[in-house]
Amino acid sequence: MKIRLMAGVVALGLAVAGCGGGARVDTGATATAAAQPSGSGSAAPAGTVNIAINPWVGYEATAAVIAHLLTNELGYTVQKKELKEEVAWAGFETGEVDVIVENWGHDDLKKKYFEEKKVALSAGSTGNKGIIGWYVPQWMADKYPDITDYKNLNKYADLFKTSESGGKGQLLDGDPSYVTNDEALVKNLKLDFKVVTGGSEAALLESAVQAQEQQKPLLFYFWTPHWLFDKVKLARVNLPPYTAGCDADPKKVACDYGELDLDKIVSKKFADTGGKAYELVKNFSWTNEDQNAVANDIQNNGMSAEDAAKKWVEANQAKWQAWLPK
Amino acid sequence: MSGAVATLETPALRRPPRWLVPVAVGVVLLAGYLTMRGTATLPHDDEAAPFLAVNQARDWVDSNRNDNPLFLYGVNYVRIYLGELYAAFETVLFALGWPGLVGVLGALGWLAGGWRLALLGVGGFAALGVLGVWEASVRTLALVLTSVLVALAVGLPLGVRAGRSARVRRALTPVLDVMQIMPTFAYLTPMVLFFGIGPSSATVATLIYAMPVAIRITALAVERVSPTAIEASASLGATRWQTLRKVQLPMARETIALAINQAIMMALSMVVIAALISAPGLGSDIIRGLSRANVGFMLPAGIAIVVMAIVLDRLTMAAAKRERTAQAAPSGPRRYAVAGAIAVAGAVAATLLPARFPDAWILRIGPPVTEAVNWAKFSWYDVTTAIRNVTSDLLLNPLQDVLTSTPWWLVAAAVLALAWWASGPRPALTALACLLGLALLGLWEHSMATLTTVLVAVTVTLMLGLLLGVAAARSRGFSAVQRPLLDAAQTMPSIVYLLPALALFGATRFTAIFASVIYAVPPVVRLVEDGIRGVSPTTVEAALSAGSTGGQLLWKVQLPMARGAILLAANQGIVMTLAMVVVGGMVGAGGLGYDVVTGFSQHSEFGMGFVAGVGTVLLGIMLDRITQGADRRSSPQVRG
Amino acid sequence: MEAGQDSAAIEVGGLWKIFGPRADRVLNGPDKDLDPSELRRKTGCTAAVRDVTFTVRPGEMFVVMGLSGSGKSTLVRCLTRLVEPTAGQISIGGEDVRAASPARLRELRRHRVSMVFQHFGLLPHRKVIDNVAYGLEIQGVPRRDRHARAGEILSLVGLDGYADAYPDQLSGGMQQRVGLARALAVEPQVMLFDEPFSALDPLIRRDMQTEVVRLHREVGKTMVFITHDLSEALKLGERIAIMRAGAIVQLGTPEEVVGAPADDYVADFVRDVPRSHVLSLRWISREPEPDERLDGPVLPAATVIRDAVPAVTGSGRPIRVMDGDRLVGVVDRVDILSAMGEAPSARVPEARS
Repeated sequence: MKIRLMAGVVALGLAVAGCGGGARVDTGATATAAAQPSGSGSAAPAGTVNIAINPWVGYEATAAVIAHLLTNELGYTVQKKELKEEVAWAGFETGEVDVIVENWGHDDLKKKYFEEKKVALSAGSTGNKGIIGWYVPQWMADKYPDITDYKNLNKYADLFKTSESGGKGQLLDGDPSYVTNDEALVKNLKLDFKVVTGGSEAALLESAVQAQEQQKPLLFYFWTPHWLFDKVKLARVNLPPYTAGCDADPKKVACDYGELDLDKIVSKKFADTGGKAYELVKNFSWTNEDQNAVANDIQNNGMSAEDAAKKWVEANQAKWQAWLPK
Repeated sequence: MSGAVATLETPALRRPPRWLVPVAVGVVLLAGYLTMRGTATLPHDDEAAPFLAVNQARDWVDSNRNDNPLFLYGVNYVRIYLGELYAAFETVLFALGWPGLVGVLGALGWLAGGWRLALLGVGGFAALGVLGVWEASVRTLALVLTSVLVALAVGLPLGVRAGRSARVRRALTPVLDVMQIMPTFAYLTPMVLFFGIGPSSATVATLIYAMPVAIRITALAVERVSPTAIEASASLGATRWQTLRKVQLPMARETIALAINQAIMMALSMVVIAALISAPGLGSDIIRGLSRANVGFMLPAGIAIVVMAIVLDRLTMAAAKRERTAQAAPSGPRRYAVAGAIAVAGAVAATLLPARFPDAWILRIGPPVTEAVNWAKFSWYDVTTAIRNVTSDLLLNPLQDVLTSTPWWLVAAAVLALAWWASGPRPALTALACLLGLALLGLWEHSMATLTTVLVAVTVTLMLGLLLGVAAARSRGFSAVQRPLLDAAQTMPSIVYLLPALALFGATRFTAIFASVIYAVPPVVRLVEDGIRGVSPTTVEAALSAGSTGGQLLWKVQLPMARGAILLAANQGIVMTLAMVVVGGMVGAGGLGYDVVTGFSQHSEFGMGFVAGVGTVLLGIMLDRITQGADRRSSPQVRG
Repeated sequence: MEAGQDSAAIEVGGLWKIFGPRADRVLNGPDKDLDPSELRRKTGCTAAVRDVTFTVRPGEMFVVMGLSGSGKSTLVRCLTRLVEPTAGQISIGGEDVRAASPARLRELRRHRVSMVFQHFGLLPHRKVIDNVAYGLEIQGVPRRDRHARAGEILSLVGLDGYADAYPDQLSGGMQQRVGLARALAVEPQVMLFDEPFSALDPLIRRDMQTEVVRLHREVGKTMVFITHDLSEALKLGERIAIMRAGAIVQLGTPEEVVGAPADDYVADFVRDVPRSHVLSLRWISREPEPDERLDGPVLPAATVIRDAVPAVTGSGRPIRVMDGDRLVGVVDRVDILSAMGEAPSARVPEARS
């Protein structure tokens, strides 16, 4: 019974794939569309845009606003796909992802997908400035005013000791997919600290909230824009200032993180055939405050991403009107 | 054991006491450690040669995907068919509408075991709607059905072959071991390379995990069919095929149904991880809850998974056992009539009720749960931190210091000695080979870190499991209360309870241990309980009639006699704990788990992640071989 | 005593079965004469059946008796090659079994030889009727026909009304009746029994033995019956082959085995058998003393000693033992009592017909 059913499915698949000519999987293949009957693949004719959803709320906020406008103003269907960054990039090649709405650097991926494979390109800045840095809870900065200078960190190393840090101070890092120079920084700045890998964003968030609530010392890797700043007061620790090229050799970095211009990445095919949808994505640009407002609604005010986006869109007519294609 | 003979003939002083050899070996190892510590420790290097080699292989696949015939005519078709199959299931399930599907579940429940299960089916699936996750649940169900169908289509024939031929079984066993222990994360990215993003690759990832158990149990079932029945069939002139079809398969039916049941459970436990490559369904709610650090957001999806697991588990188990309890369950045409009536009622309701689950009926448990969790997070913090610190200072840190500062050859010698003593020469050599493999792959330091957490987690699991298992064996009431909790602990995606654990224990190895213990304790409790209950009543009666107290009965009779079951529990505890190594990597345990997570997240670290996945397998086989002496089953056992 | 070639139902000659590596090498070398433990130590092989030769007459009840490990179960499995023999000849109803192709062999098993097993070997997922019809089913007999036939057989073995039960709803004795019915249903010429009753309670075992005797009488099939129970062997067997370490050490009627054990092993075996229950008057009758009166009661020579007791005790004169019209000898009270008290020994009896 089951075997017969399988045989039926195989036959069906063969028929769909055009009778065994070999199924090529690339951005233009019909096979891709056949494999995704729910309608992915080619953007313009079907009016479907595949937006990757990377796992942080700020990203979700940006994606929600773009999706809202694509759906309600331009009449597209939007497919959201929950993916980690790395996987989302791979999706450009297989035709399953059209847009990444907020990209943090990833120069290695840009090299691979822009230059080597030629399947993706940048669609310009989102207007958001990404700043990675080291943070302590505000109460620590109040209590030990000189702690925000890295030179004094060794003085306070004892405060940051934990069961994981092997007698040194602890510097808590997050998800392994994040861009980080922390190991090199600790070494090159001769800090008496150990980088402890939290392993996920959740590990950072829970630690930061507890550090404020319980008045526990914590030094950790974090970034802005992020909704956490609306919930927990944080102070940034000043590392030696960033100068262009000071982070060229990852092993010798001894300066702070540079300001990242967050950008949108689209597949080549979407850029070529995406029409108005592509125009909108390209034109999109807003501020960190805009994103934080939407993200905060999603995260802390119990709204769904769709509702939060709708709220922002209704309140900011002028901004998004400018993004619509003429 | 020539010593035993010697005692009979000569006074005891002539031969060395039993403990002398282990103690002597221990002293030598200790001396070696004290003099050599800190040397030959093989520190970790992110760019070890094996990691880079794997990266190159990945790049080759990446650039040949569209030219190589293997892909053009093989993998790409598999991808298309799987996508089609999933879409078919999804379409059918949604076409039923929620009242229709609830009705079908009720009908199936009735067929499987009467009105109790019918109620469970209806109530359970209606609960998915009430939790507000109906659509995600249906997608998850479609994904589980797709992967289980394919897993069985491939797994059952293989299992039958393995059951009839020891050669096939021996060839399959190591492959199945790898499929089961290899962390899914390690091959999730290649999965995307081969099968793209979405249902197809999610199906493959799920079925890789679900298939081994189906094969193993089927093989076991076919193998265990009474040889007399097979001989009787042959003596009447049946062909091999007739004997298979009319004797072996029907007689193995109940156990094969268990294989299906277990495949479904395994598939459900992959829901969350598969969501990382955009598998449709409940998993994505949980992933999103994780990035928002919001338990209330992910809990409905978590509960939905538990509910679905319990409903499907009870239904398939009851269907398997129906034959045995044929008299109890309704039979004959009436049976089908009632089932049909339930299903038709659902279908009719589907036309009357809205297709979407009504919003008004949804119970929003998110916000209150979040508040409760927040309260617990803030008020228990001091206690939990103290527990964590004591465990880390007394247990984790000293052990990890020893393991990471010991020269590799000394660890190897210790493992060899221990495995030899516990399990004999062959397993000892396998264990040694695995350990050396870890060293060669450049994973030594991280393996030792992971080994530390695994050892501590196994110890805690065993202590807790023994305690609860003994309590359950001594009190039926306690056992009845405990069982559903154990079921939930095993099926609830660990990420859901990891968030509060993160808040309470911080991003530490302790949190990882906490997660492993919750996951690994249920099977240990069950094995211990069954083991103690399995002690022959005659023996218990004899002990009682000799005037034993309850305590004496436990310590002198029940525990020693349940030794086999308890050792199997230990073995299982280890395998289950290893399954959580990767989750541990996400909450601060570092080690191999973090390497695997990194490999999944960063392009340039893929090699390290994959190799660390292999390392986890090696570590698992090593621990299994060391402990298997007690239990001859050499491979990860099925749950249940 | 030996039946003629043509009339033999089963004929076995020089049969060997050696388990273990390089069985052929053992068979063709001098090692095959080693005793079992020596053979195992030296070659790792076990000779389960060693150079066994016997014939079974059509319609005969032939019993093979031996302790566990004596090779009797292997021997019976060799007959239809459920266990492949290492060497020797087997013919059943004139057909050379060892030369048969797999298809011929299946034909043989389907239509001519069937078997009853110690642990029943029933199929728990099938109703009793379908268990009984199983042999017909694999022959391709249509459902209606095979059920009709199975129903007849069920009433023959006394299981009327149990057709729709499942095996695990029956007692052990009834289950074995199902096993018996399954073997009978294919209407074989030869039935093989592998210790069929050793897993049953003593009382049920006795019933079943009686049942087999009755069936043997009614259906008249050739039967080869394996047992480790001497009293069962004596009760059922027309002839008994006693096996030890794979070889037949004695082959004869129950009376011969008990009355004239071939060696100390067999003697030891039958030591506790009450001779008076097995031996006939023929075995103890003697020439009358010159002064004895020959007007006592008359009993046939085949009368079992035990059964002669009332006649002897009821009469002061010796009993005349007659074989038809011929006087075989006389037996008096003292002879009977001493026969009942005497232990058997390996000797050739003086009186043999």
